[in-house]
Amino acid sequence: MSGNRIAKLSLQPMTNINERSVSNLSAIPKEEYLYKCTSACAGCSSSLCLRYVLKAAGPDSVLVVPACCTSVIQGMYPGTAMNVPVYNIAFAAAAACASGMSEALAALGKETNVIVYAGDGGTVDIGIQALSGAFERGTNFLYICYDNEAYGNTGMQRSGSTPLGARTTTTPGGKPTAKKDLDRIVEAHNPPYMATACSAYPLDLYKKVKKALSIEGPKFIHILAPCPPGWRYPTEKTVEMGKLAVKTGTWILYEREFGKLAISGPSKAAMKKPAPLEDYIKGQGRFKNLSPEVFDEMRQQVEHNIQRLSREEAGVC
Amino acid sequence: MLTIATGNKAVAAAVKAANPGVIAAYPITPQTEIVEQIADYVTDGELASRYIPVESEHSAMAACIGASAGGVRTFTATSSHGLLYMHEMVHWAAGARLPIVMANVNRALGPGWNTWAEHTDAFSQRDTGWLQVFVGTVQEAYDATLMAFKIAEDERVLLPVMVNLDGFTLSHIMQSLETAEIGDFLPPYHLPHAIDTENPCVYGPMTGPADYFRFRWDIERSMRDARGVIADVEREFAERFGRSYGPTEDYRCEDADVVVIAMGTLGKEAEVAVDRLRDEGIKAGSMRLRWFRPFPDLDLAGREVVVIDRDYSFGFGGVVAHSIRSKTGIEPYSVIAGLGGQEVTYNDIADFVRNRHPGEETWFGVSDHV
Amino acid sequence: MYEIRIHSRGGQGGVTAAKLLALAAFRDGKYATACPFYGAERRGAPVVSFVRIDDEPIKIYSQIHEPDLVIVLDTSIMDVVDVLQGLKDDGTVLLNSAHPLPGCNGTCRHVDLTGIALAENLVVAGSPILNTPVLGALAKMDIVTLPSVEKAIREMFADERNVKAAEAAYEELKV
Ligand SMILES: Cc1ncc(C[n+]2csc(CCOP(=O)(O)OP(=O)(O)O)c2C)c(N)n1
Ligand code: SF4
Ligand SMILES: [Mg+2]
Repeated sequence: MSGNRIAKLSLQPMTNINERSVSNLSAIPKEEYLYKCTSACAGCSSSLCLRYVLKAAGPDSVLVVPACCTSVIQGMYPGTAMNVPVYNIAFAAAAACASGMSEALAALGKETNVIVYAGDGGTVDIGIQALSGAFERGTNFLYICYDNEAYGNTGMQRSGSTPLGARTTTTPGGKPTAKKDLDRIVEAHNPPYMATACSAYPLDLYKKVKKALSIEGPKFIHILAPCPPGWRYPTEKTVEMGKLAVKTGTWILYEREFGKLAISGPSKAAMKKPAPLEDYIKGQGRFKNLSPEVFDEMRQQVEHNIQRLSREEAGVC
Repeated sequence: MLTIATGNKAVAAAVKAANPGVIAAYPITPQTEIVEQIADYVTDGELASRYIPVESEHSAMAACIGASAGGVRTFTATSSHGLLYMHEMVHWAAGARLPIVMANVNRALGPGWNTWAEHTDAFSQRDTGWLQVFVGTVQEAYDATLMAFKIAEDERVLLPVMVNLDGFTLSHIMQSLETAEIGDFLPPYHLPHAIDTENPCVYGPMTGPADYFRFRWDIERSMRDARGVIADVEREFAERFGRSYGPTEDYRCEDADVVVIAMGTLGKEAEVAVDRLRDEGIKAGSMRLRWFRPFPDLDLAGREVVVIDRDYSFGFGGVVAHSIRSKTGIEPYSVIAGLGGQEVTYNDIADFVRNRHPGEETWFGVSDHV
Repeated sequence: MYEIRIHSRGGQGGVTAAKLLALAAFRDGKYATACPFYGAERRGAPVVSFVRIDDEPIKIYSQIHEPDLVIVLDTSIMDVVDVLQGLKDDGTVLLNSAHPLPGCNGTCRHVDLTGIALAENLVVAGSPILNTPVLGALAKMDIVTLPSVEKAIREMFADERNVKAAEAAYEELKV
């Protein structure tokens, strides 16, 4: 036994799907690379996203996973819910480890997709140095940050990605500072492709992963992934929560190819006429007892982001 | 006040009593409850400390270094990978002679991910210049944390102290806890070399081969002095609060033919094994090693020794077993047990004693071991 | 020493029940420890917690392999976990169930904790709270006293319905 490696389960050949032919969920491949036996919480959206990411990536892919809920979701040795190679690595190290792996596979002449699947903490906090280094170096990989806006693995402490006002176990009175703008940090590295996505729009996510993997160089996708125990809403509201994030303009779906911004379908309408922010806030226990001042600040942030991105897309900078 | 609490909550309560100026910490299982409880205290206004929610453990220790040098009492808590990630700063804190107190909830190291108890994390920081104490009960977690501030801040020491408690088995167990009205047990923080614009100094500049070793020797001199300071502080603590501690906790050792040496919760469970063995006519005793740095002098002359190591130094052996051998000249029976939370009961410990082979090493649960 | 093993699913309150029980025993003037066994599992997975009660300080930290009492907060666990494993010959089982379960021999008691919780409207995030009513049942079984149970519950929860639920379970359990 070399390390506690788990033998790869037999992989089934994947049907060749042309990205553009996928117009509805039923066209997404039936092959599963993440089995249903995960140990995720009921209503977990990040594990759902991982399922679609792997469907888009197919079997010639390796996942690099830092410490996060995804470390747990895989299951306990000797069992596993994963049907692609998964390389678990220390919390701060995912992007650097993926750099090494990507170079090694290239040296071997392989075209295997190297995909980091990391939480927000492992991305915006402890992992940001490795992330920045890999993007600056031009590592050929896809870095996906699934953002449940806190440290889920350790029981919901604040992260740099926790929004203003949200209660976590280390911000019991609500977080006093704003969410770190990860996308603008990544954007500053001028990657060939970056996008935002949301678990409530799996087809959009699927297409973005497909497109990202068709491009050479460092790619980035930032997925908003609502989390029932962390955000404190009933498990069956997971899809609704993601949709509300987009409809209120709190979370804007877009792609940026070689710097050029394109707002994605679901967000286009939302940005013209956003649903009231209250709709998104009121169903979440983490925003209970939000003061009117904080709420106002949140609303201003949302409006500001909508304006900034609309102006950019329209070319009025 | 008498209550019931987990090991983690006991540490947090002691920190509250010690009232540090700055706390900087990062969550990690199974330490998280300490950080969360402190965040609650601060939010509720029960604790006036400034709490810095850093983005990594490297930054947690770096922030403590800045704060401690800045002139206030500081505290942090971590575990396992967190401790390893701060390693550079762990050395720095001791080299800079800063009396930082850190709780380390002992946990195994990856890969594979394992959140259960093991001592390898703390031992990997063995040569950093930190004092290290290992506790065995919830009450002791509280008492040792309080005393750690006093020992660290003593001018004869001025070195950081790490209080170690076993992940889950102690961090998450509920036992009785008596909290103290500490009065003037902890004097106000005074760091002779704190930052002071009236007396401008440069800290840690380039230091050449002709001087560097002097600073290293100075750390060792303080380590040696620390034995006396620890004894003084433990004596004063016993007088004030009625609970006494020493470098080891000895149980039925006076007339023992064979002594079990273990650390943390296994050291407590060993006492139960000793009672069983005594019932069978085996004159056993238990010596729970509390202080690991500075390493105490042990009186084991004329006894057989069984050492349980919840750690391992690959290519060498159990860290405690080898420390005992080099300190006492005794060839112990070295048992490697409890790694990554492996279940070890008092019956197992009694078996280790019954089946001992002095001078040999065995890995509990590994059947093909020769 | 009296050793109790509690089986539940993550999120059902087995860990809190263990803590409450230890606290109640402590308020009875006994020594007690409560210790959950944490797997790497999330909500819904089977979990066990251990409680020891004694007149002397307790030095044991290992798991309970031969319990005097097994508590099952969710009987659906019995399909996947052998809850009776190691139970002492004169041991007792307490089930959260409105009916006795076939195949559970020896001293086997049951009480409908879920029903009691629902009657008191003790529901959090869609799940009934079982950890406070179970304490009432344990008081009826003389493992702790009812006044200490009430004290312990009030120390941990502000909501008086928890005390009422414990009292209801005390009344309902047949011994
Ligand atoms: C160096 C280090 N520090 C702390 C931890 C503990 N830890 C593991 S996962 C995690 C939080 C992960 O949060 P995030 O990246 O947002 O992923 P999520 O758990 O929310 O999926 C923490 C603090 C660790 N494993 N290593
Ligand atoms: S804590 Fe949140 S992100 Fe983590 S497994 Fe549970 S639902 Fe998913
Ligand atoms: Mg997260």
